[in-house]
Amino acid sequence: MSVFKRLWPALLGIITLLGLWQVLVVVTGVPGYVLPSPLAVMQAFTAHQQLLWHHAGITVIEIVAGLLIGCISGLGTALALARFHGLRRTLLPILLISQAVPLFALAPILMLWLGYGMTAKIVMATLIIYFPVASTCYDGLRQTPQGWLDLAQTLGANRRRRLLRIQLPAALPALASGMRMAASAAPIGAVIGEWVGSSQGLGYLMLDANARMQVDLMFAALMILVTFGVALYFTTDAMMRRLMPWHEDRTGATS
Amino acid sequence: MTSLGFSLSQARLAFSGQWLFDGLSATFAAGSWTGLLGRSGSGKSSLLRMIADLPIPDTHDLTLTTDDQRPLTGRLAWMAQQDQLLPWRKVIDNVLLGPALRGRPTVAQRQHAMTLLNDVGLSDKAEQWPKTLSGGERQRVALARTLFEEAPVVLMDEPFSAVDAITRLELHELAARLLAGRTVLLVTHDPLEALRLSDRILILGDQPASLSDFDVPGGQRPRALDAPDIQRMQSQLVAHLHSAPHANTNGSVA
Repeated sequence: MSVFKRLWPALLGIITLLGLWQVLVVVTGVPGYVLPSPLAVMQAFTAHQQLLWHHAGITVIEIVAGLLIGCISGLGTALALARFHGLRRTLLPILLISQAVPLFALAPILMLWLGYGMTAKIVMATLIIYFPVASTCYDGLRQTPQGWLDLAQTLGANRRRRLLRIQLPAALPALASGMRMAASAAPIGAVIGEWVGSSQGLGYLMLDANARMQVDLMFAALMILVTFGVALYFTTDAMMRRLMPWHEDRTGATS
Repeated sequence: MTSLGFSLSQARLAFSGQWLFDGLSATFAAGSWTGLLGRSGSGKSSLLRMIADLPIPDTHDLTLTTDDQRPLTGRLAWMAQQDQLLPWRKVIDNVLLGPALRGRPTVAQRQHAMTLLNDVGLSDKAEQWPKTLSGGERQRVALARTLFEEAPVVLMDEPFSAVDAITRLELHELAARLLAGRTVLLVTHDPLEALRLSDRILILGDQPASLSDFDVPGGQRPRALDAPDIQRMQSQLVAHLHSAPHANTNGSVA
């Protein structure tokens, strides 16, 4: 009941938008190969279910793998930077420069190196979230309140324990916002990879449908991507909350 | 745990290019409580951090000698103005923070922490998150954490200033009872607190700052609010602090 109470304004908004879309299509009489109506999209969805789910499965694997690898390596980099002072001068500039490289431009090269399979897409999704995760985590690790660091010092903590028992938990809220951001960026990486060159996946299906003027099918694929993106965001958000039952400031999407 | 006295000499601290104090020295007898007072900006909190070897941004220097000639590192406990409880550790795990930061707490240590929580009257809240506690309760957990360390020297930086007046008076009694026998240096803004808890009161003031003694009332710590002389001495102490020139108002400290 309370879940419904909280969600109904959002549902009402979505239904209103879909209604407006349907009305727009009917009133203007715009042809289906330019803008299909929501009902036409639903029909395309049911008609091509098997095809859609097959390609969705591929993309989901790419997104989840990219998300896991990107978050783990981003967190690892942040911890290493916080632990080893010497590393900062070497690694931070490289990280900054790598962030200036437009990832869109990298995609064709990744295809060239890694082929048309899933690997290139996973690498793409990993790359697109790696730097933001690393930098938000590193910022979080550096912003430990001085009082806790004073306490750690007078209690005789070594650097490793101070990092793992004080700085890392203190950075969890920052880390959580990094992960949420990563969850919404990872699908972009995977789909870019599929657009540049692939024979499977929702990105491929959309390009292919576009070329055949099956715009309704394209929208159906887009709907799956959006739904999965939202689900991924809320799953990450829920996991982060479970990780921090002590956290007072619950500024997630659902609060 | 045996009592341990210490003394400092040649303490100096620079603030915006000038010595705030220079050549400061003081002796803290084993098991005694010293109240350190001074106006804001006198450098008393910095002096405390210097003794604890905690980082401060300004240039500083200090020679520290203990009664047994061994370093103070690892034998002092630190209590700050805020309780500094870690929100992600339950109350009992906050008391056990020291052993957790040095290794893994043992079952015996856990039982000891439970005893200490009992001493500060919080054994029923051991498994709660710190956010569920009141300000006074949190400071009592911080006291239990300090007690766990069994450090002979305890440095406190306005530890009771963040709680209401009545809670503060209760905390005075508790701290005086549980920290008996330790060498305590208490930085405070509250003249009454210093008069209730100290064997000796030092005032950091003047230009350049030096340490001067102020008489304390007789009787055992913690002295009652209606103890003889305590109200009269409080007004004298306030007047004394008031007349001392503010640390960085005028003139250059050559």
